[in-house]
Amino acid sequence: MKVLERLEKIDRRYVFILILLAVVIPLLFPINFKIEVSEPVAMLYRTVEELSPGSCVLFSFDYGPSTMPEVYPMNLALVRHCFSKDIKVIGIALWPEGVQFGNEAFRVAADEYGKEYGIDYINLGYKAGGVVVVSAAAEDIATTFPQDYTGRSIEEFPIMTEVKNFDNIDLIVSFSAGDPGTREYIRIAQGRYGKKVGTGVTAVSAPAFYPYLNAGQLQGLLGGMKGAAEYETLIQQSGLGTSGMDAQSIAHGLIIFFIVLANVFYIAGRRKK
Amino acid sequence: MSTDPGVWIAAFLTMCILSFLYRDNPFYRFAEHLFIGVSAAYWAVYYYYNILQPNLIDPMFVQGQLLLIIPLALGVMMLTRLFPKVGWMSRWPLAFIVGTYAGYNLIIYLQSDALDQVTATLVSLVQVEAWQTLFQHPSFVNFLYAIGVPVVIMGVITGIIYFFFSKEHKGVFGGLAKIGIWFLMVAFGASFGYTVMARISLLIGRVYFLLHNWLQLI
Repeated sequence: MKVLERLEKIDRRYVFILILLAVVIPLLFPINFKIEVSEPVAMLYRTVEELSPGSCVLFSFDYGPSTMPEVYPMNLALVRHCFSKDIKVIGIALWPEGVQFGNEAFRVAADEYGKEYGIDYINLGYKAGGVVVVSAAAEDIATTFPQDYTGRSIEEFPIMTEVKNFDNIDLIVSFSAGDPGTREYIRIAQGRYGKKVGTGVTAVSAPAFYPYLNAGQLQGLLGGMKGAAEYETLIQQSGLGTSGMDAQSIAHGLIIFFIVLANVFYIAGRRKK
Repeated sequence: MSTDPGVWIAAFLTMCILSFLYRDNPFYRFAEHLFIGVSAAYWAVYYYYNILQPNLIDPMFVQGQLLLIIPLALGVMMLTRLFPKVGWMSRWPLAFIVGTYAGYNLIIYLQSDALDQVTATLVSLVQVEAWQTLFQHPSFVNFLYAIGVPVVIMGVITGIIYFFFSKEHKGVFGGLAKIGIWFLMVAFGASFGYTVMARISLLIGRVYFLLHNWLQLI
């Protein structure tokens, strides 16, 4: 019993060190655990696969630096997938910080696939208003976003000549870390205009979106870094999502071990009393 | 190691914040205060150039859209909260926001979060195709797909029963409410699991930055 008592009073900083090691070691020495692709991720992949070259998708960058490790990898994976299939991508942002992450994903993927700004993709930047912006863009993109993120008129760009409103958009994907974000697209784009909507969200908010997925309101769902890793597996291009999976699995295993251990102590302590 | 000063500053601030895990210390306080100050300045500038200027100042003073004086007045009235004597004026723009938002969202919410969700539970209790797949290819995953719909319907009904407080939770009703609690517990467990995953992902993101961008070990 003495061991139990000592372990009960253990300094929590030892737990922090163990978690840190569980993250650092797999990043330095990758184990490459197999990544199983879940159905919600595969659904979004299939939806993009079914689009023909020249189709147009709308990506909404609705996240910021605090959720970048989770959402940016899936953002990049989706942009890469679209570019590999010659699908045109229009980016907008309901979060001001989302603009630069969208730009970064475009820059990386455009270099890899030789895509040109204004012809193959465009970033229309941020607009305040959340649900009102989505509603207005659904009716008329040019009125809602008259300029791209640099301030140039969108009439200058060939990609926008055939895209007037959501009727000309084949798929909408919101990379979302909260509100405004995916819910606005479900309610307006899917609910009112019947558009196909997919999403990549932070792990914290993923459970809240499963009901929409089950109801057919979402075409696919990527939840957290795991979702990004699964999508990277499907497009066969590893990124931060894949690199982080070993660390994630080991850290999760350690946390499960701690939860079991804490419960054993709790039950043992109760019996003693 | 990186030679970029920006990366070094980011690495230093990351470690300042992480040092709180050891205990509160001046490095953590410094990073915390710096973050709050920089954030406040960033958002002040951002809101001015991205919201006030394009939506109010330019259209009103450059293009002469004088009707915008109404939202400007409502905005100024909102700021009267700072002065107790005239603070009552802030209720008007607040009432406008609440009223507009409620009216705008009522129908949208009803469609996407009520009607569509109810429709999703109005499905055949026995999914013939899923059961056929299960018999042709027996596996645990196919079994879960086959029983998925009855489980969802049971979860919805027992969950609603748990939140029905006009009848005492006794007998059959109490039993069903208890099943509802189990469904809620499973949902909370899944949420907690996802939350742990999110937090670990953020740690991985920072550690990856330190090892990849700063130390360039990976």
